[in-house]
Amino acid sequence: MTPKALPYLLLLPATVFLLVFFVYPFIQIALLAVTGPEGFTLQHVQTMASHWKFNTALGWTILLAAVVVPIQLVMALSMASIVTRLQTGRSAILYIFSIPLGLSDLAAGIVWLAIFEQSGFLNSMLYGLGVVEQPILFLGYQNIWVIFLAVVLAEIWRATAIVMVILVSGMGLIPKEYYEAGEVFGASAWQRFIKITLPMLRPSLQSALILRTLAAFEVFAVVTALGGTTLPVLMGETFQWQFTLQDRNVASAYALVILAISIAATLFFLRVLRVPKGATL
Amino acid sequence: MTATVENNTPKAVETARSAGRFLFIAAVVLICAWVLVPIYLLMVNTLSSPQEVTGFPKTGIPSFDFSSIQFFISFAGVAKALWNSVLVAVLTMILSIGIGAPAGYALSRFDFPGKEAFRMLVVMTRAFPLPLLALPLAVLFIRSGLDDTAIGLAIVHTVLAIPFAVLITFSLFSGIPLELEEAAWTLGCNRWQAFQKVVLPLVLPGIAASAVFAFTISWNEVFAAAVLTIENRTLPAFLVQNLNVSPLHLKFAGGAAMVIPALIFIFAVRKYLFAMWGIANR
Repeated sequence: MTPKALPYLLLLPATVFLLVFFVYPFIQIALLAVTGPEGFTLQHVQTMASHWKFNTALGWTILLAAVVVPIQLVMALSMASIVTRLQTGRSAILYIFSIPLGLSDLAAGIVWLAIFEQSGFLNSMLYGLGVVEQPILFLGYQNIWVIFLAVVLAEIWRATAIVMVILVSGMGLIPKEYYEAGEVFGASAWQRFIKITLPMLRPSLQSALILRTLAAFEVFAVVTALGGTTLPVLMGETFQWQFTLQDRNVASAYALVILAISIAATLFFLRVLRVPKGATL
Repeated sequence: MTATVENNTPKAVETARSAGRFLFIAAVVLICAWVLVPIYLLMVNTLSSPQEVTGFPKTGIPSFDFSSIQFFISFAGVAKALWNSVLVAVLTMILSIGIGAPAGYALSRFDFPGKEAFRMLVVMTRAFPLPLLALPLAVLFIRSGLDDTAIGLAIVHTVLAIPFAVLITFSLFSGIPLELEEAAWTLGCNRWQAFQKVVLPLVLPGIAASAVFAFTISWNEVFAAAVLTIENRTLPAFLVQNLNVSPLHLKFAGGAAMVIPALIFIFAVRKYLFAMWGIANR
């Protein structure tokens, strides 16, 4: 074996694996969505788009991401700043902050179900405080905005940790000298945050926002756990078409929509938060 | 864990002169509560009897009644789902490290044409909604007899875990100076012996951490598991399929069964969390 071949040999399993189980299936999705028995057809896409749930599912999915991601960004920035300034108990607090990282969206949905269901803890608290006389059905179909709120809370609760972890590791890469220089020139803590931390954090912000926004478009189990099918989202509809309606062509058309908005979001963040060449650490 | 915060408080208050310091501590306590209280409430429900779970109003204090847990464990299909979850997660762990670690080593030690293309392939996986892979793979698996098997699902979960396995092992191997390996070569080791005797012992804890991370990814995955399994459901797939028909105490006990291992996993890999993500920025 020549030494030149060694790296390729080491990469071979991973490359083959990704080509067979990642690249090929995505081509397959596109084909499933636009082909029928007689070759190319837009029929599946039309079936999807003309179904009454399509627009609402698309709308709720995008609204959910648009509400959740900015709140998570602000929270994660605050949490990361807190962590970097901690002197005592840093590792314990860091562990607590990153606990939700290991939780699935289904588990998060069930956790918040314990709070929001009719005999749940929110109702118990409101009853105990004398605000309500009998438990309210928060998660019923007539309260779609309460379901939305519960999903937003569960998503923020679960998935802010991942953004925080990325930002904390990004903040660790910013040289201390920059802050010292800022202090010498009389910059306040807030000014240092705006003028040093945020611009230097751009690559991390980019990674975190892309990762988080894409995951927000894939929201599924948390919605199912809290609202069943009352609050339609794209991934839930994909699942419905694949399973209940047994039509994998329309399910693939849905998958293409999720793929399209994911790519659009990725390009958007790559462009808006682009890192000038040679400016990386 | 909150106890640590409270223990620190008196000492910190002594030194705190400003309101800013107080606000800072308040924020820390508040965020810890935000993370921990919902988990606590889930545990309260899990440790209450089915009657208490559906009862109202709730006290928020567990009665340490184990009948909900007993009901969950003896419920038809749960034991098998738990076993399937563990099996798929272990297979995912083996596959993703077995395939990902050699790639990570190659990226950290060699410069060769095509390196950038491979990196792009790995980075690209993160720009795609991966659970959707389950849709076309369902067809492929039926043709090849992999449908409804643990290994079939583990393959999809490995696609999810492999970018992390490659990036984490890359950063681990990059942290070991090449000189160490070269010293072993001059002392008569061949490449494999040097790797085995010098590099491997140093990276083993990190490899274990990334294996645990792969396990967690598989343990938590819902969508692909629900699409690809019918008889051999994993725990999340089992729960999500039965959500609208299962009683509340089954849901909460199931939720706790998913959360508790996750707490342990994150505790086990906490040291490596930041190394993993630091590298992801480059």
